[in-house]
Amino acid sequence: MSAKTLYDKLWEDHLVRTDDDGTGLLYIDRHLVHEVTSPQAFEGLRMAGRKPWRVNAVIATPDHNVPTTNRASGISDPVAKVQVETLDRNCIEFGITEFGMNDTRQGVVHVVGPEQGLILPGMTVVCGDSHTSTHGALGALAFGIGTSEVEHVLATQCLIQKKSKSMRVSVDGELGVGVTAKDIVLAIIGEIGTAGGTGYVIEFAGDAIRALSMEGRMTVCNMTIEAGARAGIIAVDATTIEYVKGRPHAPTGETWDAALSSWQNLHTDDGAVFDREIHIDAASIAPQVTWGTSPEMVVSVLDRVPDPEREVDSTKAEGMRRALDYMGLKAGTPISEIPVDLVFIGSCTNGRIEDLRAAAKIAQGRKVAGSLTQALVVPGSGLVKAQAEQEGLDRIFIEAGFEWREPGCSMCLAMNADQLKPGQRCASTSNRNFEGRQGKDGRTHLVGPAMAAAAAIAGHFVDVRDL
Amino acid sequence: MEKFIKFSGIVAPLDRSNVDTDAIIPKQFLKSIKRSGFGPNLFDEWRYLDQGEPDQDCAGRPLNPAFVLNDNRYHKASILLTRANFGCGSSREHAPWALADYGFRVIIAPSFADIFFNNCFKNGILPIVLDSKTVDRLFGLAGRDQPLELTVDLDSQKLFTAAGDTIPFDVDPFRKHCLLQGLDDIGLTLQYSKEIRAFEDQRKVTAPWVF
Repeated sequence: MSAKTLYDKLWEDHLVRTDDDGTGLLYIDRHLVHEVTSPQAFEGLRMAGRKPWRVNAVIATPDHNVPTTNRASGISDPVAKVQVETLDRNCIEFGITEFGMNDTRQGVVHVVGPEQGLILPGMTVVCGDSHTSTHGALGALAFGIGTSEVEHVLATQCLIQKKSKSMRVSVDGELGVGVTAKDIVLAIIGEIGTAGGTGYVIEFAGDAIRALSMEGRMTVCNMTIEAGARAGIIAVDATTIEYVKGRPHAPTGETWDAALSSWQNLHTDDGAVFDREIHIDAASIAPQVTWGTSPEMVVSVLDRVPDPEREVDSTKAEGMRRALDYMGLKAGTPISEIPVDLVFIGSCTNGRIEDLRAAAKIAQGRKVAGSLTQALVVPGSGLVKAQAEQEGLDRIFIEAGFEWREPGCSMCLAMNADQLKPGQRCASTSNRNFEGRQGKDGRTHLVGPAMAAAAAIAGHFVDVRDL
Repeated sequence: MEKFIKFSGIVAPLDRSNVDTDAIIPKQFLKSIKRSGFGPNLFDEWRYLDQGEPDQDCAGRPLNPAFVLNDNRYHKASILLTRANFGCGSSREHAPWALADYGFRVIIAPSFADIFFNNCFKNGILPIVLDSKTVDRLFGLAGRDQPLELTVDLDSQKLFTAAGDTIPFDVDPFRKHCLLQGLDDIGLTLQYSKEIRAFEDQRKVTAPWVF
């Protein structure tokens, strides 16, 4: 038998049938649902008189719209309230398990899934959210899908899809001190571009990836979509197994043993061939900061804002000029001289316990700069919040001048009240720096959690390694 | 779904690459639980000078005169011409819903983001990938005083200009079939219910921890 990539194995393990033209029908093991992309899918089921194919494959939680303060008084935005209540009603009507807004297990759906052991190695996972790619960190094949496909998976437990090409990104060697998973993935996107992964499933490999914790691996896979790839995956190893073991929905006893033995195969075979291979030297990566309105517009904290006049591609140069204008930045400005107005620590990219620990380590014994309007810490889930409080991280943040909030997507996409005002500049641990993403005319710089905390303390970007 | 067979329309040139779905339909409009009514808020932040809110009447809002859809030449456009990596970012199907609701049936670009590309086909929108040179040429034609009109024939996979140019394009055979027939994917997949059940029964044996 020929050598296979991890993607080959995951694909073949879930293939119900293939058409003559190569279109596959892929069985879906786990389906995560949130309030924004599901109401029209449930409505579609209802109108067609269909029922969910396998209701226990589905798990729901509201995250995008929920307020991060004063939850006891409910949702004040009437439109958001209807959407969250619609999810509650749909889950009751169709018999779907939901971690509702006031359940301690509620949180950002991509934090909740792995935390509960609902995502296991070797699974196929979908959600009506592009950051579903997060779950590839567990050796699962995980895609973001649109609402029509949410309805399709609810009704059939399958997805119609053609196989993607395969890419392996190897991050070789050892990361420098103070350089994190976020810096790895931003550096990769800077290297291959936001469309560099289009048409591919990317497997992340190499010593620096192996050395990451599960939280770090989830950060890397989470932003695979920002490189345009359909999914990101990482082979199963002892770190994966250690993370999954003992979680509420993880198998136990004999089933655990059987699962373990099956998961041993979830890696790329020696000699397997990828359509594209990329190598990145871990030691060359410094803490990253985006300067523009696309995640590929990224440089190291030691660099300066790039100059469009030096870009030879005229379309790209025009895009850079537009980005600099939107961001209110001048070419040649040192990144470390850019002041920030707000700091946001959280999201499905960096809202896990390890992220909060990294930020708290910087915040401990220091104060948020007086020039800042706001510094927010939004845990990824109720359980992350509880864990952080048990470790005293909330006290550290609050004493430093950060606000300690309830879990949700919050300012990552600003669907709730947590938004930038026009012209405000934010150091954010989220995943997208698009125009208007965090609020109309708001300016987003993507960074890792320690870099965000450091920017909050200094009032401008600083190399976290100097602290 | 409405069948897509042959279609003629005016081309609006949106000369930007990496247009993301946050730009196509900003987040505040995602709070709707309906599939319809997103057209007035398509490209909201670029199209209007004020901040748009859900359920607002857009008729009296100040327009951004520099935005292409506010140019008189393109008022009736139903074909969008744009640059690489169109539809990147969020998976929100509200983006193709907004484009379709506005009246766009065809989008032409050198490349599209994966999830957006899939979502288009589910909503009767045909995304067409053409090489950058052809896209450049179309931008030249679309920018003239007299707007460019194209005829799109899905069956023969060709675009026709009024001047007699013919531009062939590729489309996945299964997706073409679904668009031409206006087929519902779910109905198609449920024809294989027995195979899905059999697969599932087998998986319950090989991977019981999934169930």
